[in-house]
Amino acid sequence: MAEEKEVKRLKIKATAQMGKIMADYFYELDAAAKDQSKPIAWCTSVGPAELLRAMGYLVHFPENHGAMLGATRMATDMIPEANAIGYTPTICSYLTADIGAYLKGVTPLSQAYKGIDSVPKPDVLVFNTNQCRDVQDWFSWYGDEFNVPVIGIHTHRGIKDVGEEHVTSVAEQIKNLIPTLEKVSGNKFDIDELKRVLALSRECSQLWQKVLFTAGTKPSPLTFFDGTIHMGPAVVLRGTQPAIDYYTLLLAELEERIKDHVAAVEGEKYRIYWEGMPVWGRLSTHSKLFAGLSANVLASTYCNSWIFSDFDENDPFKSMARAYTKLFIVRSDEAKQEYIKRMLEFFKVDGIVYHDAMTCPNNSNCRYGMAQRMEKETGIPSLIINGDLNDLRMLSDEQTKTNVEAFVEQLEEQRG
Amino acid sequence: MNDRPVFIGTDVGASRTKLAVLDSDRRLVGYAVLKSGTDFTVTANNCLAMALKMADVTPGDIRHSVSTGYGRKNVEFSEATKTEISCHARGCYHYFPMAITIVDIGGQDNKVIKLDDQGRRLSFKMNRKCAAGTGAFLEEMALRLDIPLGEMNDLAVQSRNMERLGSFCTVFSGTEVLEKIRNGKKVPDIVKGLFYSVIRRVMEMDSLTAKVVMTGGVVAHNPYLVTMTEELIERDIQVAEYPQLTGAVGAALYAMDAKL
Repeated sequence: MAEEKEVKRLKIKATAQMGKIMADYFYELDAAAKDQSKPIAWCTSVGPAELLRAMGYLVHFPENHGAMLGATRMATDMIPEANAIGYTPTICSYLTADIGAYLKGVTPLSQAYKGIDSVPKPDVLVFNTNQCRDVQDWFSWYGDEFNVPVIGIHTHRGIKDVGEEHVTSVAEQIKNLIPTLEKVSGNKFDIDELKRVLALSRECSQLWQKVLFTAGTKPSPLTFFDGTIHMGPAVVLRGTQPAIDYYTLLLAELEERIKDHVAAVEGEKYRIYWEGMPVWGRLSTHSKLFAGLSANVLASTYCNSWIFSDFDENDPFKSMARAYTKLFIVRSDEAKQEYIKRMLEFFKVDGIVYHDAMTCPNNSNCRYGMAQRMEKETGIPSLIINGDLNDLRMLSDEQTKTNVEAFVEQLEEQRG
Repeated sequence: MNDRPVFIGTDVGASRTKLAVLDSDRRLVGYAVLKSGTDFTVTANNCLAMALKMADVTPGDIRHSVSTGYGRKNVEFSEATKTEISCHARGCYHYFPMAITIVDIGGQDNKVIKLDDQGRRLSFKMNRKCAAGTGAFLEEMALRLDIPLGEMNDLAVQSRNMERLGSFCTVFSGTEVLEKIRNGKKVPDIVKGLFYSVIRRVMEMDSLTAKVVMTGGVVAHNPYLVTMTEELIERDIQVAEYPQLTGAVGAALYAMDAKL
């Protein structure tokens, strides 16, 4: 019988090093905000961070802050503050948690890093709508609040094949950001610096991909829940050497596990693919729940979203445009399904869990019949759980638990 | 007293706790249904005492015991747990051994479970975190209409002109019911509209393919819901003799697997 039991979940030794580089990153931003020694840009997580770094900006990512609010379970108390000023409970709960926290004057950074009292004040906000429209609304609110420019890229969405017309359009939009960025920072754009940063970013991305793809091994040395934590440097430090050094270290540890046949989830019996956002406030709960059923949620579209294989320093603008437009979230359902099918095969998956996140329609891919279509085409069973990335009012732990247990019972029954 | 082995299945649901006693020949020889209340452990113990008495056996005759439902971890005498999805499937297949689609309407959640002709589960769906379409919805509406829950079935049967409700949400439905009362609509017509709303919510969860079997407390107490569903899908629906007990029977069958 599929019954949850206490199972040893292996800790990753490199985590301490990640803690150090993340602390360095936040303290550098905080110092720059305080002494105004360097310009600060806020950027969307799959936005043109490379351009910003190349122009001398330190970069803060509000989505990373939103995820921290979720993981620390502060978000649910912050969201009502934003609801009260007109941002409804059904829109992006990163947005509502982040604006709510700002309105309340609190940040999880203060708990994690002594001496940091607030998020670093921006000199400019730069968005890319490749993920959703909410990022533009979110950044516009701060633009008004801080009276600083808000500039961005409007990406074509629902694309099956990324064509030259999409790439050219986005590349031009990236170039068009430069005059404002030069004006705000006082720094002149230098193409060689962009090429250097882009090369570093690609190297980080390649290493991150190798890290995630170690989960293709049986048993997997990695879980999706590990991935959501260790993706930090790929999000906020890509384009820098510390991120590359970190993933080199992490990869070596995971390859060592593979060599020694060490499983991230002891006694791995079922291999699960996670489609959608994590429930940040339930990472540990969900990790224990699946591990207790000898199921390893080992791969996800979400963590893969920071793999930018197309970056090419010899063609910086177009390759950035291509990489940021080829993202899963930008694409049509047809393209998404083809991608997931490749992942199911590569990771040798037994079942898919779709997280239908109430406030994130763009990352909830089960709303237009995809789960049913995929099940029919691949024969791999799926489960849809209702929840949210940040707003814990939107989920029922008991229902999730029953659903997951019943799903693993089904996998067990089908295996015979 | 007879000296014969029995197997216990306990289904601690959000609303009611159901317990089934099966003998070695898989016959239901005892059962009990009580309000789950606030102490699931005590309720399960009370159910056990009642059902063992009915079966004319003693605790010493119990060979194995499996519990299911939201309170499955609170059953002291249970030796293993299994989800209600698996137990309802197992219980229904016991009574109807064929490819079936099970529609279970419980106090707090609904399930649609599909089994192949070997009883293997093909898929399952549970309702979202919402009372729409569950027993809790009917309880809330009975309060609004100021009628005992137990009278809803008879009232719905009397309806001649069903009043449909448009809303998905229990709170909005409550407002709609008040509006209908204010406009002088007849209570039987409103109640039938409420039943229709429950059925629609369930039918939105999944397609009803193969032979349909309906279970759960709401069906047990409101057989007219089954008739209405049959009319809607234009097919006969199977209902077990004790539709509220199928989860508990399934749990008892799993208990039997473990020990026979």
